[in-house]
Amino acid sequence: MKLIYLNNVTTLKLNSELCTGCSMCLIVCPHNVFSLINKKSVIENKDSCMECGACQRNCPENAISVTTGVGCAAGIINGILNGSNTPVCNCGSGC
Amino acid sequence: MSYISGYIGNIPVVTTNYTISDIIGAIKVRWSINRNSYSIKPGLYAIGNPDKSSEIYVSANYKLSFDHLRKNLNGTNSWILVLDTKGINVWCAAGKGTFGTDELISKINEFNISEIVGHKRIIVPQLGAVGVSAHEVKSKTNFNVKYGPIKATDIKEFVENNYKTSAKMRLVTFTFYERLKLAPVELVGHLKYFIFFVALTFILSCFKNFIFDINSGFNYYYIPLINFSSAYLAGTVLFPVLLPFIPVKYFSFKGLLLSIVISLILLKFGLAGKSILEIISYFFINSAVVSFTAMNFTGATVYTSLSGVKKEMKIWLPTQIILFSLGIIQWLIFIFFE
Repeated sequence: MKLIYLNNVTTLKLNSELCTGCSMCLIVCPHNVFSLINKKSVIENKDSCMECGACQRNCPENAISVTTGVGCAAGIINGILNGSNTPVCNCGSGC
Repeated sequence: MSYISGYIGNIPVVTTNYTISDIIGAIKVRWSINRNSYSIKPGLYAIGNPDKSSEIYVSANYKLSFDHLRKNLNGTNSWILVLDTKGINVWCAAGKGTFGTDELISKINEFNISEIVGHKRIIVPQLGAVGVSAHEVKSKTNFNVKYGPIKATDIKEFVENNYKTSAKMRLVTFTFYERLKLAPVELVGHLKYFIFFVALTFILSCFKNFIFDINSGFNYYYIPLINFSSAYLAGTVLFPVLLPFIPVKYFSFKGLLLSIVISLILLKFGLAGKSILEIISYFFINSAVVSFTAMNFTGATVYTSLSGVKKEMKIWLPTQIILFSLGIIQWLIFIFFE
């Protein structure tokens, strides 16, 4: 079963002019967001993106940008309580 | 425990089978018992009798991650390089940056990996890519990061396949069984709030018509207890299990729908309360509780984005607060005045 959360929310962007088609983004993405067309990466399944940031970190050409963070309501609430705009994990170990 | 010496001091050799204590440890972690200290010492470990041509696998020092890896390396001669992720699993640690480029480079240098093996391959689990930059590791250590499969069970196939993951290996899953495994953590995780809420509402139930009477509390409280327990179990156990089968996208909305079904079932069995005011009050409270618990489950899933959850919370957190407040006010009116 394919898991998709909300549509049209991800901050993922790809500058295909910088892309050299190394396919690292295809290798690291856990949701099969990218595909290689004419030796260039394209964002094919945009709404599957969970903004983990693996593609951005592993793109040697800096062609990908995404605002990363954990999609965790408890973490966001904990962040707000701590006066932070980003999620703060509070689940103890394991995660 | 045996050791391999002659490299960088003594390297511990670990087995690939689980002992009783490994299994009990894993069960305890799933029930949130002692979850904060389930870690192993970071460093270099050996499986079998590895040499200069053996593979190097990178792992986190969360014992469950390490156990999955070593179990699936049975029959091989391999090295395992365990990073210091503060006892946190690979994916979460990579998100926090502890399973990251700097830590990997520092462990490669500290344990002299370029002397331990003759090749330049280092196998990092794919989910570690959130924190590890392969090209940076290459430029600073000369090691080629090969991203291995998400599941340790695919490792041997990955190596046979010339260090390439198949499309299926790269896709993260969230199966029925995987969701079911999360239910105990959810159940235990919110338990203290639930017990506090039950205790507080029980004490309030004893104040029928402003007179404290513990017997009237005991006689009456089974109704709220059944309602609140049903909501709690629905949010923590049923919701994770049923997640993909409930229509609509927002988790909070899914939770609300589930809560409506639970309330209708309770109503059918005459357990939803006696008066209209009481029935509506439980309906509101339960809706808020299930919706909120469901919303919090976003953090345990494998596919929700930060942008998405922020959008969801903007709409649904105020809704939950309003539902809960209205429910509590009505219930207090019922207890004191009806």
